Amino acid sequence: MTFNKQRRVRRRHGGDGAASTLVELRRGEQGVLDHIDLPPEAGRRLMELGFVPGSLITAAGCAPGGDPRVFRVDGSEVALRRETAAFLKLRHSVAPPE
Amino acid sequence: MGACDGCHAAGLNLADATKLHTRQVRTVAIVGPPNSGKSTLFNQLTGLRQKVANFPGVTVEHRIGRAKIAEDREICLVDLPGVYSLLPRSEDERVTRDVLAGHMDGIARPDAVLLILDSTNLARHLTLAAPILSLGLPTLVILNMADELRSRGGVLNTDALAHQLGAPVTLVSAIEGEGLEAVHDFLSGAIAVPAPLDLPAMHDLPGCRQWAGQVGRRASYRPPAPPVWTHRLDAVFLHALAGPLILAAVVLVVFQAMFTGAKPLMDGIQWVIAGSGGWLERTMPDSVVRSLLVEGVWDGVGSVVVFLPQILLLFLLLGVLEDSGYLARAAVIADRTMARVGLQGKSFIPLLSAYACAVPAVLAARTIENKRDRIATILIAPFMTCSARLPVYTLVIAAFLPEHPLLGVLVGTRATALIGLYVLGFLAAFATAKLLKSSILKSEPTPFLLEMPPYRWPTLRSIGLRLVDRAKVFLRRAGTVILVVAVVLWALAHLPLVNGHAPPIEESLIGTMGRTLEPAIRPLGFNWKIGIGLISSLAAREVIVSTLGTIYGMENGASSHDLEAAIRADLSLGGAVALLVFFAFAMQCFSTVAVVRRETGGWKWPALQFAYMGCLAYVGAFAANQLVQRLL
Repeated sequence: MTFNKQRRVRRRHGGDGAASTLVELRRGEQGVLDHIDLPPEAGRRLMELGFVPGSLITAAGCAPGGDPRVFRVDGSEVALRRETAAFLKLRHSVAPPE
Repeated sequence: MGACDGCHAAGLNLADATKLHTRQVRTVAIVGPPNSGKSTLFNQLTGLRQKVANFPGVTVEHRIGRAKIAEDREICLVDLPGVYSLLPRSEDERVTRDVLAGHMDGIARPDAVLLILDSTNLARHLTLAAPILSLGLPTLVILNMADELRSRGGVLNTDALAHQLGAPVTLVSAIEGEGLEAVHDFLSGAIAVPAPLDLPAMHDLPGCRQWAGQVGRRASYRPPAPPVWTHRLDAVFLHALAGPLILAAVVLVVFQAMFTGAKPLMDGIQWVIAGSGGWLERTMPDSVVRSLLVEGVWDGVGSVVVFLPQILLLFLLLGVLEDSGYLARAAVIADRTMARVGLQGKSFIPLLSAYACAVPAVLAARTIENKRDRIATILIAPFMTCSARLPVYTLVIAAFLPEHPLLGVLVGTRATALIGLYVLGFLAAFATAKLLKSSILKSEPTPFLLEMPPYRWPTLRSIGLRLVDRAKVFLRRAGTVILVVAVVLWALAHLPLVNGHAPPIEESLIGTMGRTLEPAIRPLGFNWKIGIGLISSLAAREVIVSTLGTIYGMENGASSHDLEAAIRADLSLGGAVALLVFFAFAMQCFSTVAVVRRETGGWKWPALQFAYMGCLAYVGAFAANQLVQRLL
């Protein structure tokens, strides 16, 4: 299962400027979910909490130490570990509001 | 709650027959996603007329209660587990689906459903409406948190929504008790239920979610503004520096309040018990019956009941933290620590509940989907300092440690010692988790997902109901297990009779048992009296307090003897520290063993757990005794 692999997620900001996974979103930034790169079971749990492909996700705060992170999705806030957030692939990033 | 059993049994046998003759609703199920206010609504409708029960054959718990719908009519309400969908992924979802479909053995198919959804997060919660409504049962859609929806500027046309869903819809605020008349009307049959619409059959979540979005739009749903105060508070509570400090302060305040805040009430109860015991002794003629009543029953049960205020205070504070939404933040902060030993933030809530009692903690571990993570959490939960250890800790600490203020007036020496014992249990739990997760319970990591509810003011009613429930459980235990143990111990201490009189305690049956055990526990610094206490505490930890009360009270010929002074005189400092360590580690709780067996489906895990914790307790106590003897 790919989930077990410890993958370093490189920040792609400054490159093409777009975040490709949830974990690359900076605080206040938004992205549209494309797909969840996790086994169906885990994917379904995420979908129940609002992480449905096509939904708009906003990166909110995080726990002290930066992990887990809190995301706003579909009217609620959900905490995810960075290792999980890295498997939520984004369509494109949207500039932060304001 | 015999009457409710009755209505349940009647539902089982007569539901179908009754339905044919009358339109009277008998059993109604409450369904809804987690955090939708299901329990609050259930409490509002049933009040104190409720109880927790288990579905036959599975480990899922549900609550049943009675709701009065007219002067002479009551119905049976079943509070089902919180689910987001009816896809049978977890046991909770399978049970909910089976009960609603009438496939659950021993539970009649409900006659109607109360579907409760959070109106401030309607679009997402409506995803559950499609599978529930397509079951074809008469359903009232209850949109909860109306007050919050209003105050944050959300708008909804309930008539349009009812039209879209083909079911009556009502806006309520369960916590304020607002709008509940409509629920009563539905239950008593005053609301006409339209013929169910043919909703699109959907088996995938994105499909359900899309449908829910459409329905919401057609009902002109405008979601409320984001909860500004929640964001502001999270900026503080999850702050890199302030967050952990606040969490530490909260834990400290909880423990200090338990130790000093409960003192006046405990003193009061003690005074009443001592006074009434003395009155009994004076008014009754000297006989075996008086001795049994005063020294066995009264002193034995009384010395445990005295801890009721402390236990209730703990549940009060935990209840406030849970209902306010702070516990979810604490779980997020704790997740990194839990990850270090291979567990996850989800284990935090069960482990925190274990500070009150291991039994609800083992049950709460059900929310952990990964089976190995769940078993690991169950196995380490009894290491957490449960409230039954408090009487023992309190007694020994108070007997051996004088109270001095440390850190100004905030914390005293005794509270510090108590916190030290909490830390000890915590460390043992985490070392064990690490051991388990790197050996027999190694597993793939599970994603950590935690919904963070907005902060809310906790209400007196919902916390009060839980406190009454806890008090009942505790007193029932004091009235049954502990009463039986007290009487058996009294008998063991008074037999065999010598010339019609009780023998000196050394020559009684229990004295013999303690003496037989003494060689094994002498290296720990325990004498035969502590040995008797250890035997009796196998039933429940706190029983040792009443046992020692009986033993020392009898030995000195006075039941009102100061227990602390007696222990101080009888036990070395090394033995006292060893006793604390022993109680921190050993699994002396029959209820926990039973619930672990039930939850893990066999004797394998509870047997391993009992043996492991017992060995650790013995070795730990031995080391503590030797260390104290060498150092001091």
